[in-house]
Amino acid sequence: MTLAVDVRGLNKSFGDKHVVQDVDIQVGTGRITGFLGPNGSGKTTTLRMLCGLLTPDSGEGEVLGLDFRRHAEAVKRQTGYMTQKFSLYEDLAIEENLDFIAQVYSLDNRRRRVAEALERLGLGNRRRQLAGSLSGGWKQRLALAACILHEPKLLLLDEPTAGVDPKARREFWDEIHALSAEGLTVLVSTHYMDEAERCHDIAYIAYGRLMARGTAEEVIDRSGLITYRAEGPGADRLSRELAGKPGVVMAAPFGAALHVSGTDRAALEAAIAPYRREPFRWSEGQPTLEDVFIHLMGQSQDNFQ
Amino acid sequence: MTGLSLNRIWAVLTKEFIQLTRDRLTYAMILAMPLVQLLLFGYAINSDPHHLPTAVLVQDHGPMARSTLAALAGSGYFEITEEAATPAELDQALALGRVQFTITIPADFSRRVVRQDRPQILIEADAADPTATSGALAAAAGLPAEALKRDLVGPLARPGSGPPFEVVVHRRYNPEAISAYNIVPGLLGVILSLTLVMMTSLGVTREYERGTMESLLATPVRPLEVMIGKLAPYVLVGLVQTALILTLGRALFDVPVSGGWGALTLGVLLFIIGSLALGFLISTLARSQLQAMQMSFFYILPSILLSGFMFPFRGMPGWAQAIGTVIPVTHFLRVVRGALLKGLGIGELWPSLGALTVFVLAVSALAMARYRTTLD
Repeated sequence: MTLAVDVRGLNKSFGDKHVVQDVDIQVGTGRITGFLGPNGSGKTTTLRMLCGLLTPDSGEGEVLGLDFRRHAEAVKRQTGYMTQKFSLYEDLAIEENLDFIAQVYSLDNRRRRVAEALERLGLGNRRRQLAGSLSGGWKQRLALAACILHEPKLLLLDEPTAGVDPKARREFWDEIHALSAEGLTVLVSTHYMDEAERCHDIAYIAYGRLMARGTAEEVIDRSGLITYRAEGPGADRLSRELAGKPGVVMAAPFGAALHVSGTDRAALEAAIAPYRREPFRWSEGQPTLEDVFIHLMGQSQDNFQ
Repeated sequence: MTGLSLNRIWAVLTKEFIQLTRDRLTYAMILAMPLVQLLLFGYAINSDPHHLPTAVLVQDHGPMARSTLAALAGSGYFEITEEAATPAELDQALALGRVQFTITIPADFSRRVVRQDRPQILIEADAADPTATSGALAAAAGLPAEALKRDLVGPLARPGSGPPFEVVVHRRYNPEAISAYNIVPGLLGVILSLTLVMMTSLGVTREYERGTMESLLATPVRPLEVMIGKLAPYVLVGLVQTALILTLGRALFDVPVSGGWGALTLGVLLFIIGSLALGFLISTLARSQLQAMQMSFFYILPSILLSGFMFPFRGMPGWAQAIGTVIPVTHFLRVVRGALLKGLGIGELWPSLGALTVFVLAVSALAMARYRTTLD
């Protein structure tokens, strides 16, 4: 597998806060890599360093085959970056925004490209509407259209679907997969587990450190987490009793069911033994990605504490 | 209507106070503003300036001339700073703004006083700013009756024959003492500072505040390109404002345009560029549009009060004049008034034009040094 992003030992501090610590990040060419982690874990900072918006304190490697620190300008030309917050001009029309981006990238056939982008978006007849008047879902689609206008090879998306309704999210991801099928490499940060499962690969970062990497199955397998699932009336209420018992790493209600996880099978089974009675039905289950992430989060040292 | 809750009001009130103290700049403004204004209006500003620099051309060395000069100085308004040898020298001192007044005492002054010939002395005033000269000229009008009282005693006494000499006053550059002549060119400086400094500082800060700068910096656009592209439209705005003010000043108030186009053009361009660079510098310091607005205000307030726009520059004490000298508007006003009212050219206005050049270079260099091409 060739790597579109292959960066090692990335570090960044703001004042005395070490926001990104020795992060290695690899993204396979043409793959969609989900970038996950709790709030304040350094995802945005890492993305900004990759696209040259922030200067890393240390770290080396290649983005699209170029030394990402020395050839930041060349990397920028082939990278599309979509910010967390809508960052097109709200007081410019949709068409004017796209035209501006096209000009800044010195694109040829500007009119044709902008017209095509509008057509693809389905905003052809609303082209003169101000970008600020669009709904959240439309803003996000427009932002995506703006950052692929210059036909980049790498797309960096920073929580692109935050605050967008499920239908718009589904459509957005269909678009991402379509782009990926055309050969585009995507690194996308998100908090949504369903989105993480839509990615080819996952990188999990917590408190500045990379904790896990691989496909969703690999990440789950490597976590060494064993999960039991309890069903039956009141099963979800057991979480308080079970949490904190030896061998229980976490106990979390999922609807009416309860997931109890641990890394030591014997200890975990001992902990749940008293509750193996009516009306509860216990079964060993697969830990979900969310179980694994919450587990990883608990493991990682919070360097902000 | 249900009753007002004192608890809830108290909650909002304490929250408001906490927020007020968090915003340091607003806090500083609340405290500094009255203090600065009080000091400025109390100590610095004086609409009846005394001790104004005066050049004299004394062609008579008799006792009457000496007494007259002594009486002028004694009035507290005139301070003799130069003695010219020729009328041309005298004229130059006034034109270049080194002195506010020139006084010419003719060759046979003492002799003609004794002969009861009613000689004349000539006071020429730089009346571009009528407020600066009115007090002094009123004092000069009372001079003939008093100045020679002690000299004209004994055989020279002449009861009931009126004052022994006459004072002829020429108000140069603004003979009818029309304040618009002085205000309109000054307004140019104030309006350009207000709009340009504020508009640029807000324009750039807005990009950071709304997050659009993040997108912009992720594109191949270079920082210098952003700076030039953002500032260039405002150069045009400044030129349009200049044309508007000068045209209306001429049409509505008959403000003279005595020439000096070269100096005027150069001065306006330097001032526009400097103001824009200053706005840009502010935008690199301010974290929000509100802060940018407050910082601009901190610059504009002294520009209005200490530049000689509203109150005579020479009426201020030394320390206030020193502050005023650092303010670019002060120099811009000298250029505009010099060019419009006196018809001075680049050759004569170079000290002020030089000061404006220093302003442009210093502020641009600072702004470029502060400007970050990344979000670090």
